[in-house]
Amino acid sequence: MAAPGERLSVTLRERLEARDVKVGCDAGDCGACTVLLDGRPVCACLMPTQRVAGHAVDTLAGLVRTDPLAQTLTQTFQDHGAAQCGICTPGMMVAAVALLRDTPRPQAAEVQDALGGVLCRCTGYRKILDAVLAAGHPPAPLTGSGAVGSAIRRLDGAAKVTGTEVFGDDVAPPGTLELRVIRSPHPRARFQFGDLAQYARAAGLEAVLTADDIGGTNCFGVIPDFADQPVFAETETRFQGEAIAAVIATPDRMRQFDPVDFPVTWTVLDPVMTVEAAQDATAPQLHANRPGNLLCGGLVQCGDADAALARADVTVTGQFSTSFVEHAYIEPEAGYAVPEGDRIAVYACTQAPVMDLDGLEHILGIDRRRIRIVPTAVGGGFGSKLDLSVQPYLALGVLKTGKPVRMAYSRHESMQSTTKRHPAEISITIGATRDGKICGLQFAGDFNTGAYASWGPTVATRVPIHASGPYLVRDYRAQSRAIHTHSPPSGAFRGFGVPQAAAALEPLLDDLATKLGLDPLEFRISNALQAGEPTVCGQVFSQGVGITACLTALRPAWAAAKADCASFNAGQGAHGFLRRGVGVAAGWYGCGNTSLPNPSTIKAGIRANGQIVLHQGAVDIGQGSSTVITQIFAQALGVSVDQVVLVGADTDLTPDAGKTSASRQTFVSGNAARRTGLALRQQILAQLNAADTARIVPGPTGLSVIDAAQTHALDLTRQPPNGEGYVLQAMETYDPPTQPPDENGQGAPYAQFGYAAHLAMVEVDLALGTVRALGFTAAHDVGQAINPLLVEGQVQGGIAQGLGMTLMEEFVPGRTANLHDYLIPTIGDMPPVDTLIIEEPDAHGPFGAKGLGEHVLIPTAPALLNAIHHATGLRMTRLPVTPSRLHAAIKAHADA
Amino acid sequence: MGYVTPSSLQDAVDALSHPEAVIVAGGTDLYPALRDRPVPANLVDISAIPALHGITATPTGWRIGGATTWTDLIRARHLPAAFDGLKAAARDLGSVQIQNVATLAGNLCNASPAADGVPALLALDAEVELIGPTGTRVMPLATFVTGPRQTQLRPGDLMVALYVPALPDSSQSSFLKLGSRRYLVISIAMVAVVLWLDDQDRVVGARVAVGACSAVAQRLPKLEADLRGRPVRDLLTEPLVTKAHLASLAPIDDIRGSATYRQDAALHLCQRALRAAAVKFRPADE
Repeated sequence: MAAPGERLSVTLRERLEARDVKVGCDAGDCGACTVLLDGRPVCACLMPTQRVAGHAVDTLAGLVRTDPLAQTLTQTFQDHGAAQCGICTPGMMVAAVALLRDTPRPQAAEVQDALGGVLCRCTGYRKILDAVLAAGHPPAPLTGSGAVGSAIRRLDGAAKVTGTEVFGDDVAPPGTLELRVIRSPHPRARFQFGDLAQYARAAGLEAVLTADDIGGTNCFGVIPDFADQPVFAETETRFQGEAIAAVIATPDRMRQFDPVDFPVTWTVLDPVMTVEAAQDATAPQLHANRPGNLLCGGLVQCGDADAALARADVTVTGQFSTSFVEHAYIEPEAGYAVPEGDRIAVYACTQAPVMDLDGLEHILGIDRRRIRIVPTAVGGGFGSKLDLSVQPYLALGVLKTGKPVRMAYSRHESMQSTTKRHPAEISITIGATRDGKICGLQFAGDFNTGAYASWGPTVATRVPIHASGPYLVRDYRAQSRAIHTHSPPSGAFRGFGVPQAAAALEPLLDDLATKLGLDPLEFRISNALQAGEPTVCGQVFSQGVGITACLTALRPAWAAAKADCASFNAGQGAHGFLRRGVGVAAGWYGCGNTSLPNPSTIKAGIRANGQIVLHQGAVDIGQGSSTVITQIFAQALGVSVDQVVLVGADTDLTPDAGKTSASRQTFVSGNAARRTGLALRQQILAQLNAADTARIVPGPTGLSVIDAAQTHALDLTRQPPNGEGYVLQAMETYDPPTQPPDENGQGAPYAQFGYAAHLAMVEVDLALGTVRALGFTAAHDVGQAINPLLVEGQVQGGIAQGLGMTLMEEFVPGRTANLHDYLIPTIGDMPPVDTLIIEEPDAHGPFGAKGLGEHVLIPTAPALLNAIHHATGLRMTRLPVTPSRLHAAIKAHADA
Repeated sequence: MGYVTPSSLQDAVDALSHPEAVIVAGGTDLYPALRDRPVPANLVDISAIPALHGITATPTGWRIGGATTWTDLIRARHLPAAFDGLKAAARDLGSVQIQNVATLAGNLCNASPAADGVPALLALDAEVELIGPTGTRVMPLATFVTGPRQTQLRPGDLMVALYVPALPDSSQSSFLKLGSRRYLVISIAMVAVVLWLDDQDRVVGARVAVGACSAVAQRLPKLEADLRGRPVRDLLTEPLVTKAHLASLAPIDDIRGSATYRQDAALHLCQRALRAAAVKFRPADE
């Protein structure tokens, strides 16, 4: 029996086991909970359950069982790669069913109108649009073999399109005790609790947790040397939304819980919210051991930048600033922890299960063997789910109550309390000689790293290495600083600061080309880094440098777009208010940890019945690593993908494949999978003394090997299986070869870089300051596309995030912690993307493959900024370029 | 009381006499405003009251039941072209999911300065009918909303219906919304226009309303007066809107845009909305 006014989403999920209904915001802003009410799409989170008595409610899982349109969509969504993480997929598909019932063969604009109420953060929407359009036509299924280089459906796709995928909030059984965190409403405040024991009794709570309940250390952080964040603040908070306590209660009690009743008194203190304020001599110091609120800095220098700039024929200089950017995955952090004997198992959405285990070991103060981390499906991560969120609270809750405990962040607390992209203040000066070669580059960037270290040191390290862009710059000096403020911690977000640096560098390269009278694309091509030339870190790659190929691939689109813009703008006449522009920009990104050990280990075994099992611990957060790593493993072993059984990430079952971060899973875990496949292959062939060229053929009852036209059955029953049931087993590790930097940042920080170049075309409304993206051409050097469908998905999704960062996304602490004040692109904002896959094989990559995930948004913002400049003549230096800001610039320019 | 679903206006009024009663209609403002707090314990669901539904012709115009959803409005084929602006506002309101449940009365009672329904209803000269413990009151929408999130609703009141006075059959209308993205977006500014002409294609009646640029959306009487008597083709060719016409607006700076931006954008939107309405008359020389 639903409580009065209970949200239909709660009733469906908790009383009727319809966990296919996803909750992303509880405010109608994301559409993930879309269900059909008498055939019409509605948000279940806004619907009182009592209202639907006597009416028909359809959720995705039910539609998939009974509705032919939904069944067709399950196929087209998989064939088009329309589901990445899959958290928005139920909402998208339900909304699409309603459309297709009325309009069996919709136009693109009709699909956009119908799906405009469902947000997706992974795909960039174009694959979803294609999948819905395809549902109105005869099916054209994917026919890839699964071999490396072939486009196949993601292996975990079926669960995502049928509503059976299990995300962080989908594990706990109904009735489980619920936990809620009490958070600071002030950025900086001292606090004192009232009588918590009495409160807990009076309020009917199971337990209250505070810092006093922490048996280990009330301190965590992703980089051990910089760990500084408390699970619960003890006396003073450092950002709005910081945890001070938690309450645990039954679901019925929790539905009535009002956090304003919690007994705490606050003494509000003045915060420092900007880098400038934090460096003032009188500023409060966030951490006693970090004077000046300086977390750390980074430096890379080579040659003599000052001298080169002095001798340059032309120089350009500029200051750029960017904002906090929120990851805005549609799945808020959620999980479930349960006592298993004297152990604790934590099921939660995460990008880094072994790091979670490391963190909990210290916080709980118990033997790590007593902790098991089981990643659930992750409804989007993009860097923020590398850090601990719900895990410590859940584990502490289990220790306190001895019972299973669950929790899910509300959208508000997810946005308040989890990490953000660093706001940056960047100054650059670049010189060039008259012959069009870069001559000297100086870069200084200050990054607002928020209240705690998180990945701030990584950003400070990565930025100076990448701030040159993928160009030959012999005289270079780049410095970065990460500064604390009373803001949410800035952490990892797709690119670790490199997108901000590119958004400053690439516009200035356009300005430099203009000063030299050169075409911006050709200027970049003539300065592009070549194999055999040193990077700014002095690292020389003899192969695999694909930036020239990326840039030259844009030439046809560049010529066509320039002509299109010229003709459109001429047709506007003097009074027309629309102007089109086109811009290009490039980017590069080193795959894997910077100059640090970064191993992945993959395990595989063969059972007595011939079944091949792959223990793959790399967390697939939607990008497709489970599919890609399996394709690589199968290719190395010499079998097909569908002959491999996958065991997903679980610290009890899978060796450490590292974190899903730094665009490392295809490269590093892929290499470990390849080595494991090869090792297992050698073991099989050795059993039969078969040649290296022999073919392994799994059958229903065992393996056979075909060698020189002779088939040998492999008797797997002769030897006893090991403890895990495997007759043969292989486990291999790969750690990319890097070298630590010297005091000038010279060294070999990465074993490989991936390269990218984007072209963006925009239409600017000069009267309103609005910018509409018309299309992108994106050239990406991925070395070897393991699965081209997934490559396109990464590219389109990354561009959508770059578009959002450029035009609309600005997180203001205390003001925009929801999805109607913080805007991300909708399906109506993303134009077509033409993906040009460049394959400049890398000597270290598995089958030549390079990482891709983060590269995809590095050139997007500057390509858009350059397109806006082309359309308007205005150099916008602050992100995002909101209509209000662009309008102000247009007006100031007209007045001047 | 818990959750009650009255089936008549009188039952609703009785239920709303409970001191903690909260109305739930579409739920699209009620639930988001809770944030992390619990659902109110006493809810009066007004969706099952027949008097709150239906879009019907009256001797003097149109009556729209307060619980009419935006989708109901979009699908009301019998409404004249004067309602096209309101329908355009409906299609720009949130998303299909929101339009399917959010009600016209809810949009007015929530009284956001950026309420998408208000400018078009102001341009239709709508009146609202309230019922409460002391009986029924009818008042112009322009006076019903008194400030940001402030209305003339008293405790226990309920909005029953909206009334739109009849307009000449030939009336045309338009609506333009400015936001930072395509869907699910709170307006930075918006403009609604209703126009009608004489047989010489001159403007007889012009109503222009601007939203999100003042504490309460407002009509622009000076602009409306200046448009009267103008040949409609002037609206297509001449920049007729001046800063003076918008002098009564008082936009604010917020995360969506600066006050200056809103003021300038409103002017352009007025110009374009007038053109969008005027072009529907297909003047002879077009």
